[in-house]
Amino acid sequence: MTKTIAEINEKIKKGQAVVVTAEEIIGIAKKKGISQAAKEVDVVTTGTFGPMCSSGAYFNVGHTKPRIKLGGGKVYLNDVPAYTGLAAVDFFLGATALPDDDPKNRVFPGEFKYGGGHVIEELLAGKDIRLIATAYGTDCYPKRKLETLIRLADMNEAVLFNIRNAYQNYAVAVNSGERILYTYMGVVKPRFGNANYSTSGQLSPLLNDPHYKTIGVGTRIFLGGGVGYVAWQGTQHNPNVPRTENGVPKRAAGTLAVIGDLKQMKPQWLVGTSFLGYGCTLTVGIGVPIPILSEETLRYTTVTDADIYAPVIDYATAYPQRLPDVLAEVSYSELKSGKIKLQDKEIPTASLSSYHKALEIANILKDWINKGDFLLTEAVTPLPDIESGIKLKALEERPILE
Amino acid sequence: MTVSKRIVLHFPPRLVDKAIVSKLVKDYGLDFNIIKASVTPGEEGLLVMELTGEQRNYDKGLKYLTDTGVKIQSLSQDVVRNEARCTHCGACITMCPSGAFSLETGTRKVLFENSKCVVCELCIKACPPRAMELYF
Repeated sequence: MTKTIAEINEKIKKGQAVVVTAEEIIGIAKKKGISQAAKEVDVVTTGTFGPMCSSGAYFNVGHTKPRIKLGGGKVYLNDVPAYTGLAAVDFFLGATALPDDDPKNRVFPGEFKYGGGHVIEELLAGKDIRLIATAYGTDCYPKRKLETLIRLADMNEAVLFNIRNAYQNYAVAVNSGERILYTYMGVVKPRFGNANYSTSGQLSPLLNDPHYKTIGVGTRIFLGGGVGYVAWQGTQHNPNVPRTENGVPKRAAGTLAVIGDLKQMKPQWLVGTSFLGYGCTLTVGIGVPIPILSEETLRYTTVTDADIYAPVIDYATAYPQRLPDVLAEVSYSELKSGKIKLQDKEIPTASLSSYHKALEIANILKDWINKGDFLLTEAVTPLPDIESGIKLKALEERPILE
Repeated sequence: MTVSKRIVLHFPPRLVDKAIVSKLVKDYGLDFNIIKASVTPGEEGLLVMELTGEQRNYDKGLKYLTDTGVKIQSLSQDVVRNEARCTHCGACITMCPSGAFSLETGTRKVLFENSKCVVCELCIKACPPRAMELYF
């Protein structure tokens, strides 16, 4: 049995496509068998909603009168600095950017109440943002200072461009030490007081297509409540990690770079987020449709939490010191039970990514496809898999000798 | 009938150094468990406690507190979840020492039970979208 994306799109247009979520497909395949399920089901929708730091947006705010060259100058949005190394009125705002006067971790643990991610959320909520800029002035761009309110609708372009999202699997953070740790994996309590994880497991996009058979450059996706696209593999994309027999990575592996028009996204799916003692970020909602082209693509989508293993990493020692040590491998069904067992000790677990919202995303995407509003795209080029030979490099420092 | 309630007591500056709670035990036969105590910069005392005893004595004890000038607030209003900001991730679950957060089976929605909250405030800054808010 094979289907093409064009055939599936014809069915979507006629309202005849069979679309189910990555959670629903598990039961369907169990009941009907892989081969029958692959014939009947056309699309499986996935979802994830978690903090993703390599996110941001670029903007073109239009020209002032007289003109100002923000490029090479300084731009602040609600006091959060944007990157201006671009043309006159283009700039990029990163999710983890912080106001210059934020005390950060000087008062430990820092609260990080407001950063780039929060600006993006407020823009989406339609709020006025304070744009304050200084420039050096040129013959063609004489203006040197700009102070104005601006909102999303006033801008020419506002484009969400996240260079690493939707990690295919991730570590479970624990703390063997004697003091509380404030990390990007949340607050990790001493003496193995808790274990924090962060993927949507059986609903997660890349865990349902572990060898990137359908998800590639150009794949149309749910992004931040609107429509977006996979732009490229994300940074640190690393297919060469240990995998289970069914191909599912047992370590953090593939990633996605995604892009989409910010103006059609929604604040409840791009949420400004604060990690105590760590920093600010953006919680991003992503849903990827997986076309069922063959029994193989279907089989991959039937992965359950019990089949997916995550490495348990000690954030007191191994993580900060970049040691390769993995304390244990635990399945997502264990993690989701509320506790894991490590060296005969029961450790309560908590998630930083929302399964509840991931499921809502998978259902929204399913609804869009059922209504015929969302057609699938053929990947322009696939994401690199194992045969790419990609090897993740660490930075080995070399002294600068003058 | 025995009742057990969690309450917040606000002591005006003039009462901060007076023995008041001990009278609840001596004169009204009430049991108490102090959950939290602090004195604010304005020298107002704040005491969060669980008070247990016969309904009749409990009512009398509370009247005594009010008569001395202590302001009483029920605890359930103090830590509130901003439902619009909560993303139901669950980071709060292992932070909470009193088990006020739990996951609904199936939907994996994070539930918050006010009645179990002891106002330790650990969830407030540990919540990534900062959905937990404190009202005194």
